[in-house]
Amino acid sequence: MTTERERRFPGPRRGQLIFALAFVALAALLLVLIGDQTAWVKKTKFFAQPRFWPAVALGGMVLMGGLHLYRMPWRRVTRFDLNETRRWGQALEYVLWFMAYVLLVPIIGYLPVTLVFVPLLTWRMGYRSPRMIWISIGFAIAVVLVFKGLLSVRIPGALLYEYLPGPLRSFAILYL
Amino acid sequence: MDLILSAIEILMRWDVALALLAGSVGGVLIGAIPGVGPAVAIAILLPATFSMDPIVGLTVLLGIYGSSMYGGAIPAILINTPGTAVNALTTYDGYPMTARGEPRRALSLAYSASFFGGVFSVICLILFAPVLAKVAPMFGSREIFLAALLGLLLVVVAHRGQALIAGALACFGIFLNTIGMEPVKYTQRYTFGQDFLGGGINLIVVVLGLFAISQAFVLLTDEDEKIRLTRLRGGMFQGLRELSRHPRVASVSAGFGVLMGMIPGVGEFTAQFMSYTYAQKTSKRPQDFGRGSSEGLIAAETANNAVPAAAMVPLLALGIPGEALTAMMLSVFYVHNVVPGPGLFQNDMDFVVALYLALLILNVLVLIFLLFATRSLIQVVRIPNRFLGVCILTLSFVGVYSLRNSATDCVMAAGFGLVGYILKRLSLPAVPIILGMVLGGIMEVKLRAAMARVKTPFDFIDRPVAFILFSIIILVLAMHLLRVLRDRKELKEAEWQTKTSSMSFGGLMWRRKNSFLKDRGKQVRARHAKLLRRLTDLF
Repeated sequence: MTTERERRFPGPRRGQLIFALAFVALAALLLVLIGDQTAWVKKTKFFAQPRFWPAVALGGMVLMGGLHLYRMPWRRVTRFDLNETRRWGQALEYVLWFMAYVLLVPIIGYLPVTLVFVPLLTWRMGYRSPRMIWISIGFAIAVVLVFKGLLSVRIPGALLYEYLPGPLRSFAILYL
Repeated sequence: MDLILSAIEILMRWDVALALLAGSVGGVLIGAIPGVGPAVAIAILLPATFSMDPIVGLTVLLGIYGSSMYGGAIPAILINTPGTAVNALTTYDGYPMTARGEPRRALSLAYSASFFGGVFSVICLILFAPVLAKVAPMFGSREIFLAALLGLLLVVVAHRGQALIAGALACFGIFLNTIGMEPVKYTQRYTFGQDFLGGGINLIVVVLGLFAISQAFVLLTDEDEKIRLTRLRGGMFQGLRELSRHPRVASVSAGFGVLMGMIPGVGEFTAQFMSYTYAQKTSKRPQDFGRGSSEGLIAAETANNAVPAAAMVPLLALGIPGEALTAMMLSVFYVHNVVPGPGLFQNDMDFVVALYLALLILNVLVLIFLLFATRSLIQVVRIPNRFLGVCILTLSFVGVYSLRNSATDCVMAAGFGLVGYILKRLSLPAVPIILGMVLGGIMEVKLRAAMARVKTPFDFIDRPVAFILFSIIILVLAMHLLRVLRDRKELKEAEWQTKTSSMSFGGLMWRRKNSFLKDRGKQVRARHAKLLRRLTDLF
């Protein structure tokens, strides 16, 4: 039966315990490393020490994270918690998509990679109709034109653009 | 008057006009799409604004911030899904109006109330600016440190029931800010010998990860929602007339919005809650609230739209952002070497007034746009969720990569995206991390500067403003402690009312064993045995 304490806990139960445990463990580990990772400078006031603020921050993380863990109404990891961690793992697929996009842009070029990435991910998400694929291609072109062509954000020209003939090469580096 | 004229002169540029238009229309669109809040849009657009003039860049961002709530009211009223988080209260009275066949009335009332809130707050602040200009120079290092500490504290205690983890996450933000080369003694902090950590963790990378990429992950891993739109009938101008029948509710709600917006860490939710409660308590028909009350809708929409202008006050006057969106805007100032704070109010007052005037013009533009374009605009809510996720992920790349063309930044942003995704799944707040990062940096610098001139601890609060801020900090802490104790007492009472002994066999055996082994148990059994003997002796 759900207890009153569990009912009053804000947010879902699944995954809370694992997150709190991981958070406190990481904070404690970083706090243990404080002597190694920060310096204590002689003839410097306490509040101006380079170690002062990391100590405050990590101390706060351990203390408040620990209290949060202690006051949690659950003490055991259930299968719902494990299912939730699996759900977190699902997001890793999109991290990989994102990183592939990031790594390919400087090699192949912003416009070509975006033109493949957006429709492909749209396809992967289950939108198979030609209408959605055309919308995704239109979106990809619009993004490149607005950000690189119009707003001139800093995205360098790709390695492949070097092989294009003269005027097209400089145009591609500047706008595509 | 001269001040306003010179402010108008700053705004009389084609790029500012374009920024106003882009900010207002873009903000409304972004607000109208559930799942894309102003935080996502501002995070993505931040690096693009770095190449613009401060006034142009800030106008775009302020435009998105100010107009997204107008747009957010559309799905809140039509499909009972708030477009931005702050429109949640709009659904209470807006959707019931749609359900009874008055969607146009609800929308027009929401636009009018939002317009009133926006304009009221800007006028208040333009009138208030000379006072601020006098007060701001009273803030030295220690006052700014205390104000930043107060802001952080308010953000933490505002998360009722989650204050401990919010505090821990704020400390995580402070920790993130300390990573890298320390700028005074030139020592490394938590770089683990890695070059890419030497320069520290960029705020924009964290912001994009926690707000934009994480939202993309949420949308990509979720199901699409089925949306059924209602047809709009009736005139769009009736809301203005209806608003004029409730001047008291509108002005008090706007007042709450201005007041709460100025306090760091409090913002829209508290302003809305207070104005809604006020409107309900003073209404002649309180039973209508939550069932399509026009007063309820006015209170919610006026209060949340009065906040953006007011939220700029702590940012401009003290350099202290009160919430995530103004924290992002702070980085635009830093990129252009304009340091917001008391100096800005003394030296560039026309710039401040120009920003407020831009917000005023923006409100007018948004209202005109919405009154005429709502019918076509409502189609944006049809965009499927997962496709939106694809769009946000694509746009996030521009935001992160254009910053320094660094793949490492992208890896870090993706990592923070994952952290943000987990926080969203667990309903934990990400805002304290951002404010911890920004305010932690300010606190470190200001405390170092302040302590150089302090001999005893009491010297720290010997100036009037410092003393007032310190007293408020103590008061906030005391009130939070009282609230925690009261919640604890309520919990105990509720537990006592529902508590029954464990029904499990193991629990029963445990209690029996304790009763046999503990001294108290022995005493009780001896007393019972004595009473039983007396009773049996009687017969």
